[in-house]
Amino acid sequence: MGDKATLRIYRGDKDGGEFKDYEVELYPGMVVLDAVHDVQARYAPDLAVRWNCKAGRCGSCSAEINGKPKLLCMTRMTAYAPGEPITITPMKAFPIMKDLVTDVSHNFEVAKKIPPFTPKPRDADGFYRMQQMDIERVQEFRKCIECFLCQDVCHVIRDHDRRTDFVGPRFSIHLANLDMHPLDTLDRRDMVKEQFGLGLCNITKCCTEVCPEHIHITDNGIIPMKERVADEHFDPVRWLLRKVGTLEERRRKATAADAGPEHVARQPKFEETGALKARTKAE
Amino acid sequence: MTEKFETHEHDVIVIGAGGAGLRAAIEVSAMGLSVGLVCKSLLGKAHTVMAEGGIAAALGNVESKDNWRVHFRDTMKGGRYLNQWRMAQLHAMEAPDRVNELEQWGALFDRTADGRILQRNFGGHKYPRLAHVGDRTGLEMIRTLQQHGVHTGMKVYMECTITRLLGDGDKVSGAFGYWRENGRFVVFRAKAIVMATGGVGRCFKINSNSWECTGDGQALAYLAGAELMDMEFMQFHPTGMVWPPSVRGTLITEGVRGEGGTLRNKDGKRFMFDYIHPLYASETAPTEEEADKWLKLSVLGKGDKDVRRTPDLLPRDIVARAIHSEVKAGRGSPHGGVFLDIATRRSAEDIKRKLPAMYHQFKELGDVDITREPMEVGPTAHYIMGGIRVDSETQESRVKGLFAAGECAAGMHGSNRLGGNSLSDLLVFGRIAGRCAAEHAKANAAVKVEDEEIDIAAKEALEPFSRDRGENPFAVHEDLMNQMQKYVGIMRNAEDLAQGIKEVERLQETARNLRVEGNRHFNAGWHETIDLRNMLIVSEAMARSAAARKESRGGHAREDFEGMDKTHWAKVNLVTRKKKGADEEMEVEEVPLPEVPPEIKKVLEEEG
Repeated sequence: MGDKATLRIYRGDKDGGEFKDYEVELYPGMVVLDAVHDVQARYAPDLAVRWNCKAGRCGSCSAEINGKPKLLCMTRMTAYAPGEPITITPMKAFPIMKDLVTDVSHNFEVAKKIPPFTPKPRDADGFYRMQQMDIERVQEFRKCIECFLCQDVCHVIRDHDRRTDFVGPRFSIHLANLDMHPLDTLDRRDMVKEQFGLGLCNITKCCTEVCPEHIHITDNGIIPMKERVADEHFDPVRWLLRKVGTLEERRRKATAADAGPEHVARQPKFEETGALKARTKAE
Repeated sequence: MTEKFETHEHDVIVIGAGGAGLRAAIEVSAMGLSVGLVCKSLLGKAHTVMAEGGIAAALGNVESKDNWRVHFRDTMKGGRYLNQWRMAQLHAMEAPDRVNELEQWGALFDRTADGRILQRNFGGHKYPRLAHVGDRTGLEMIRTLQQHGVHTGMKVYMECTITRLLGDGDKVSGAFGYWRENGRFVVFRAKAIVMATGGVGRCFKINSNSWECTGDGQALAYLAGAELMDMEFMQFHPTGMVWPPSVRGTLITEGVRGEGGTLRNKDGKRFMFDYIHPLYASETAPTEEEADKWLKLSVLGKGDKDVRRTPDLLPRDIVARAIHSEVKAGRGSPHGGVFLDIATRRSAEDIKRKLPAMYHQFKELGDVDITREPMEVGPTAHYIMGGIRVDSETQESRVKGLFAAGECAAGMHGSNRLGGNSLSDLLVFGRIAGRCAAEHAKANAAVKVEDEEIDIAAKEALEPFSRDRGENPFAVHEDLMNQMQKYVGIMRNAEDLAQGIKEVERLQETARNLRVEGNRHFNAGWHETIDLRNMLIVSEAMARSAAARKESRGGHAREDFEGMDKTHWAKVNLVTRKKKGADEEMEVEEVPLPEVPPEIKKVLEEEG
């Protein structure tokens, strides 16, 4: 024990800044976030860093360590060679607010633009039935903790600054989640192509590499979505069917309409289950 | 008239955007009113995200004998009958509808063989009752609510901290706060406010909570004239990580035991068989053979009334105290915990599939492969049963227009919360609070916000910047956590508690002299000073209530008063409030529990 490490932390805001070195004492199991907190408590109480759960669940403490996008709370100090300073910078693809905190509000704006989950009606007895094996792929996408490291590393956003043309990997898998959700009825494929710009992704898989939840963003999400969009747009039979408008599609839309007049801002309509019936009896 | 500070006006504002706050805001929106949702962090990062094991609701999908009456009975028994019975009843009745509603909004729970929502066993729940998604149920819930909520027209104010509620002590008129990014002040005017700010875990050194859990809602409501109740009941979750120091206190889901994990001491003994509480003796397996048989049958959904539950799944207070006793008796693990073994109980594949986050967490943070080795676990401050005292039907506090839901409200869980009952609590009472706040806003005109109040709040917030010398807020917080851990922790006695009160008073004095460096731009030290004021208020309430309750019950264990007292303490809740008058000291008062009506008494006595 008694070993020390040097953190080289970017201190600054939108008007510029500089790197500052801080020495911290190491202890067993220490993660980079612990070290940043020690700096905050001892040397720099106004140091800005986001964090919440410190267990890799909330995705708040995203930053770049020696240039690699990472969660500060899931990166052990022992991962770095002793004697070398550990450099910590804010995520590059987002505008800096202060020190390690960036303005990620754009992501929340994008989230609002994606038409929400629109379920089909329940079975006659009030249940939805799905087999576990049919939902496992979607559950993988739903593991996303919204750390936005994938958005940070995405070339379309990071290097080409085309965030307004492409929703990025996080929202691509959200779209895949909706598209592959067994209960969802809304066809978003046109939007995926035109409005959300999935075509801009050139599948370098950098997003998959940085995902702390190990979601196969490209292989399981983006590529299948690209294929589904391509099917819809370039398969001549489907193209014709789309033009004519199939009975099946009409039926699908009709049932979706039954579930609620619109897909937004509506309380769900579903059978009251046993408990509420029991309540009326008890009272 | 131009405003001095940025001002926003809504019918209702909801403070806190975890499960309860989001559900409340969704309800207000659905009733056609304007709602602002104010949260300290980014949306979707609240502590709800950390809930692992599941959401308790008597859906009866795995065990058809389950229904609200059994769930209600389990909840009351788990809370050692100090719960507000009507809240426990509403909760048990409405939880299934709230779970179905989440599914309707896109949540994808794990499934039974016939495709319905799967339910797992949990401590104190008689039947498999917890709808879950692996061990990340809280994430599923908050993301579902968030994605549904942002399309309902609510306005979300992210990274905005409220420092004061505004009002005249009898009615609320709004709230005052600052933007974390630039430190600028902001005023919210509203006809009703819902507090949904969560817990107080950051008052303790070893805790499972995020930085946000600093008792804000309880303290803000207290300062605004509301009462707190049951503040002595702090749940120490039996299984937090104990090693390495970096992650000490981080939660290990009860789902590990629900999936068959067992607790062992350093001699390999399954010690929980020595700690079967008399209240649970008739339904707990006395032998390993019976316990293992129960588990096997139960996971398959084939409960057998002659085979009883494993004591590993006794309620949390009992298990936490058992671990504490084993460690004290010198039978603990190398780092001062006990062992939790799932490796020899389930296949590696099962463990990775059912408990992926636990596998990941231990591998990356603890260098332990839980499919091969046991985990080292010990109690960690996790959840407060007490909080803002509210009306059982409406969730309204004694301050008109001020509502509360979720962990920051009191009453639903009595002296001890069952695992899985918190997520359902958030939804059931988040919705009720949202509905009643909206009704209040419809029926009442806005109360005028007085300029003077705003000036006082602004002055208070800026005070730490005015000193050239003073205390470091991080050091004061560290001190508080250590004192609370030492004197108001898992085992308490009169002497320690008296000392604990003194220490909190000392720190309150010290905190009058805090100093902040730098400017108002995303300044962690400044934010800490405001959180500290709140933590010191709730710490005082916890210590004073704990000193007053002379018995052991649920999340309050006294070495000097062992066992539950039937004659007096079984019949009263402790209420803390600000004394009227100039000194504004905290007073603690006993109030009688509401009478349980005969038809509900009958439900409590039923078998099955």
